[in-house]
Amino acid sequence: MLASLKRNWSYLAITGVIAFFMLIPFDWFLGQYTTLMIFIGIYTIVTVGLCLLMGYTGQVSLGQAAFFGMGAYISAILSKTYGVNPWLAMLIAAIMTGAFAYIIGYPIFRLKGNYLAMATLGLGLIMWILFTELSQFTGGPDGMSGIPSLSIGGFVFDSSFRCYFLVWLFCLVVLLISQNIVRSRTGRALRAIHGSEAASESIGINVNQFKVKILTLSAVYASLAGSLFVHYLRFVSPQPFDFLASVKLVVMAVIGGLASVWGAIFGAGATRVLSDELLLRFGQWDIVVYGLILVLVMIFMPEGLFVKLKELYERFRFRYRRREAQP
Amino acid sequence: MSSAQFVQYLIAGITSGSVYALVGLGFTIIYAVSKIINFAQGEFVMLGGLLSFTLIHSAGLPLIPALILSVIVAAAIGAAMYLLAIRPAKKASVVSLIIITIGAATFIRGMAGQELTKAFVRSPSFSGEQSISFLGAHIDPQALWIIGAMVLVTIIVHLFLTYTMVGKALKACAINPVASSLVGINPKTMALIAFVLASALGGIGGIVLAPLTPMSYQSGVMLGLKGFVAAAIGGFASPIAAVFGGLLLGIVENFAVAANWGPFTSSYKDAIALVVLLLILLVRSGKLAEEERAG
Repeated sequence: MLASLKRNWSYLAITGVIAFFMLIPFDWFLGQYTTLMIFIGIYTIVTVGLCLLMGYTGQVSLGQAAFFGMGAYISAILSKTYGVNPWLAMLIAAIMTGAFAYIIGYPIFRLKGNYLAMATLGLGLIMWILFTELSQFTGGPDGMSGIPSLSIGGFVFDSSFRCYFLVWLFCLVVLLISQNIVRSRTGRALRAIHGSEAASESIGINVNQFKVKILTLSAVYASLAGSLFVHYLRFVSPQPFDFLASVKLVVMAVIGGLASVWGAIFGAGATRVLSDELLLRFGQWDIVVYGLILVLVMIFMPEGLFVKLKELYERFRFRYRRREAQP
Repeated sequence: MSSAQFVQYLIAGITSGSVYALVGLGFTIIYAVSKIINFAQGEFVMLGGLLSFTLIHSAGLPLIPALILSVIVAAAIGAAMYLLAIRPAKKASVVSLIIITIGAATFIRGMAGQELTKAFVRSPSFSGEQSISFLGAHIDPQALWIIGAMVLVTIIVHLFLTYTMVGKALKACAINPVASSLVGINPKTMALIAFVLASALGGIGGIVLAPLTPMSYQSGVMLGLKGFVAAAIGGFASPIAAVFGGLLLGIVENFAVAANWGPFTSSYKDAIALVVLLLILLVRSGKLAEEERAG
């Protein structure tokens, strides 16, 4: 009983954390920080995908905001311009974005390292140019407003308070799915690919197929997050999906600890709090701080801030226990 | 297309291509010596442009000292970037180095936005605004400065690499860092020199471009990417190849816009370079993968 509990501690912990976040707004938190918490939830969903791709599989994406934006725009255009049900729009957006990722995955993963990074950067910028220039569909740089909210029956998710639960429910599902993947055969295959592609291939792992699948999954996550984003804000413009947005997503993944499903909440949370709450008062210093974070974390703790903190905690606990054992 | 238009687009292409060439040259030199792709390369072009503007307008310096100082500052920032961000990450993986240079680029961009200017700025032309007629085309004299600067710099870099001791050491380090360290060439010093050289080249690109095209602190990303395309067309093989890659990209870009084909109007100009980037990477992917394995 205890052993199985221990094995499942992370499931319990995830559920606990989410339950905590879901119950928080009932308290004083309500009203002040609901919007911030919604954004943290949305960005956590995108970051988890990026962590799976970058941390576990070792593949860089500097264009993740493109998938986020595709989800947002497809959802927005379908539901507003064509009057499609928002849930259906969300589903179609996820399928289309996933299919796009799957199709580009095979050619793009013929590249590695630096070239892969450049190619994903290029793809991200192309999508951004399309969001801005296809103004007859997207509303151009001014964006489009009046996007319908999500609703179930007569219950419309039109307030921050209602959206809060919806977003964190999605977040919970995404985290649980990712946790399962990481602990499954697939997760081990991904880590093997990160370790050595040649070795993985020699033990029968279809390296390219795994990479493409995980890219597709991360794109679907990003697309879902994008749909939630626009149906919550009811407005969309190209700005949240530019190159800097992709860099911010990398910052979130890096703070969270690249190879950590968990850290995604921490990374997204820390980054959003940093830019929405702390740095806003000092003008646009957030870009400078993000740059510093990327450089410092990569130099001193390439496995990520969250993972490093966890490691320090474990070491501390270990030492403490040993001292306890020999009185 | 009339012949005058043809000349007009050709010269516009060579002009923007010259800037890409300078950036591509920087990419190639750093990559050859240290096997690092410096994602901050474009930021130095932006720095060159904004620094020269600020020095001329806010500090009131005359043109020549302002330009020289801008290049020196850009080169110093390049050196600082290598010493503070790249060198401490001793045994970093490729992924870590990519994130580090992206971080440095983001930092530089943010600082430029905070400390220099947030607006789009255009420096004064080096030699007046009066356009020159040439074979029926109207050419901005600044275009000639840009092309001239590129040709001159390329020749100087070539002479430097071929005839000076430091240049030869750089080349040796690019060919085999282990063997060159055996004969007393320190690969770390060489990497530092490569970063300084590349950022100075970017800075020069920026100061000659700023009077022709308005620039902002966000201009670096696209310029860096196009410089990378230039270097990739040249296969990261030789500096001269990168220069031709840059010129080719500039010409292709301008003629693609000139063709005004279907929905592809001038607003898609940047997308053309990106498509060229993806095509080149994919066509050359086999060879690039091999290089990566060897390197």
